[in-house]
Amino acid sequence: MGNRFDSVQAVRDGLKKVNYLADDGIASVAFLADRLGKPVLVEGPAGTGKTQLAKSIADLTGARLIRLQCYEGLDESKALYEWNYKKQLLRIQADKNSDSWSEVHDDIFSEEFLLTRPLLEAIRADDPVVLLIDEVDRVEVETEALLLEILSEYQVSIPELGTITAKQIPLVFLTSNNTRELSEALKRRCLYLHVDYPDMDREKEIVLAKVEGITEHLADQIARIVRSIRQLDLKKAPSVSETIDWARTLMLLGIEHIDAEQAKETLHILLKYQTDIAKAAKELSSDK
Amino acid sequence: MLDLMSGFVAELRNAGLPVSLTENLDAMEAIKQIPLEDREAFKWALGATLVKNAAHWRAFETVFEVYFSLRGPEYALKDDEDAGDFWREMQDQMRQGEGKGGAGAMDSLTQEELMSLLMRALMDGDQAMMRALAKQAVQRFAGMEPGRPVGGTYYLYRTLRNLDLDNMMSKIDQAKADDGQMPQTDLERRLENDEMHHRIEQFKQEIEAEIRRRLVADRGAEAMAKTLRKPLPEDVEFMHASRDEMQNLKKALYPLTRKLAARLARKRRHGRKGPLDFRNTVRHSLNYGGVPAEPKFKYPRPAKPELMVVADISGSVAAFARFTLMLVYAIQGQFSKVRSFVFIDGLDEVTDYFKATEDITEAIHRVNTEADVVWVDGHSDYGHAFEVFWERYGKDVGPKTTVLLLGDARNNYHAAQSWVVREMKHRARHVYWLNPEPRSYWNTGDSIVGEYGSHTDGVYECRNLRQLEAFVEKLA
Repeated sequence: MGNRFDSVQAVRDGLKKVNYLADDGIASVAFLADRLGKPVLVEGPAGTGKTQLAKSIADLTGARLIRLQCYEGLDESKALYEWNYKKQLLRIQADKNSDSWSEVHDDIFSEEFLLTRPLLEAIRADDPVVLLIDEVDRVEVETEALLLEILSEYQVSIPELGTITAKQIPLVFLTSNNTRELSEALKRRCLYLHVDYPDMDREKEIVLAKVEGITEHLADQIARIVRSIRQLDLKKAPSVSETIDWARTLMLLGIEHIDAEQAKETLHILLKYQTDIAKAAKELSSDK
Repeated sequence: MLDLMSGFVAELRNAGLPVSLTENLDAMEAIKQIPLEDREAFKWALGATLVKNAAHWRAFETVFEVYFSLRGPEYALKDDEDAGDFWREMQDQMRQGEGKGGAGAMDSLTQEELMSLLMRALMDGDQAMMRALAKQAVQRFAGMEPGRPVGGTYYLYRTLRNLDLDNMMSKIDQAKADDGQMPQTDLERRLENDEMHHRIEQFKQEIEAEIRRRLVADRGAEAMAKTLRKPLPEDVEFMHASRDEMQNLKKALYPLTRKLAARLARKRRHGRKGPLDFRNTVRHSLNYGGVPAEPKFKYPRPAKPELMVVADISGSVAAFARFTLMLVYAIQGQFSKVRSFVFIDGLDEVTDYFKATEDITEAIHRVNTEADVVWVDGHSDYGHAFEVFWERYGKDVGPKTTVLLLGDARNNYHAAQSWVVREMKHRARHVYWLNPEPRSYWNTGDSIVGEYGSHTDGVYECRNLRQLEAFVEKLA
């Protein structure tokens, strides 16, 4: 199995260097994924840095990131491989007279005519790769089965070619927004990581790291206000990326210290529903 | 270690977590990779391999704490360690004092001094001090005795009563004003308040954890895990949920509705293939020189059902009605129209409350406070409520309508008027009855669910979210 990281702490420090602030859970699971050679299923609310985690790990290990964006109707010709039938046709026509059928047959089902799609590409890569299967909850339950062979054996079986086994075991991250329950079979093959909204201190650090030139005081205030807002009963709580957007906006506006008025005026960056904005505005101006 | 792990996994399974054999093996493999003195990493290693559902995390944490909280850095279980030894050890640990501020000398403090120390710690957010204080508070106030068969909540109550944390807030405010560091604007005051609430909450958790630690030491992990075992959120019964559990239920409801809506929309779009669409096929055949190479089919768009929810909101079943209404309105996009009625012994339509606002919680609040549902004495009278319903809204029940009746059918021995339900059944597409009581209680005492039920398309037991979800999926 891989030995990309020396210890949990090393993962954490490394991620920090590429501007991703991991908590204990994230660092431990990433470490284990490498050691055990198992894929990681990352679940959690939108905008908490699930996809970013995979990108940062790729960054950190100097690996190439191969991304498969899932959507309804994804099938194996788009996820795994496809035969380049146009080229196959050309090949048959070009050699109409000379070759015997069996030669052509063997020939057109060779690697030359294979179009690799993200999953197969990750398996066949010689260089280190990180495979990101994004929003896996969007595919139908039946399509999930496509992933199972890759996730447990790191191989792809192509009937005409045989089985292609991975040259090196890639780090695999699957993300899910939890819009449906994933199948047991998939979950069993993965390590599970739930990424929630960060606690106040971590959020403050994230803001400090991601927004250039922000003062400690402002970052602290932002983190506190966001925490208060998340405690309200909202349709959609502000995500980390929205917090960062908000911080950037405040920086652009040249605000050093937020008061209730300014907070209310810029709330639409944090919250995306009118009812949520109204509720938060009301809550922020009244003290409990 | 192996024994400990198998005990741990068995307890997880007892708590309702589905842990498979492979996952168990993975966990063993995972902890080999982790240096054992790293407690956090150890916990996450177990969590990542054994728990595959975020809602189960709390149950996992409890079991983890019980099994591993007291074990030393090597996580070895010492069977020969008796409670007496343990108590001494605890006290030793405390004397060694973790944290600053002379925690070691705490035994000699008076209660006032202790309280002011606590206040300082809360104001400064001094975690180590808070932890030490939590230990001290439990030791001093909980009055725990080895072997006494009392639950943790009792000790918690005793400790908290002596600490009087509710007053702490105002005291802190006072102290701040004295120090002249009172925040100026409302916003800041509010943020400050949130921060203090958060810290007090943390402190309470410290105390709880401390009590659990001591109980585990006293009684052993297995016995303790059993008493702490709590149902998972989806298994909590509506009728007996505590306030905390209600909060968790509410939190569980939102992602559930999203999942449900996505699943229903998907179901509606897929899996139905109609007859050949001749016109479309011919049109596409032009691409192939008139050969119908690509047959096209009609995809029927089934009409969305119209829903009428009639819910009993009297005390005993109020929580259930509330949840069902929330669930139904959260996925109302899946129905062509939703109308809702609530009753106790009188009946009122509350559809407008939900229309007026997007915020379901607020609507529910208005239902509880504003709806006119009392006719005589405010005890459930299904018969009268149904009669009123039929008189006023019966004409709106049509062949597209699905009627949901919610309640325990405990009619306080009033007249049943079950003919109304029979009439409904004649006119509506479906009539379903959802009962939050366990099936074994049906038709006992004043429950007449059988009499109503015989006229419906089905009576369903809906004691928890799991059952409710299963029913709603069937409905749309």
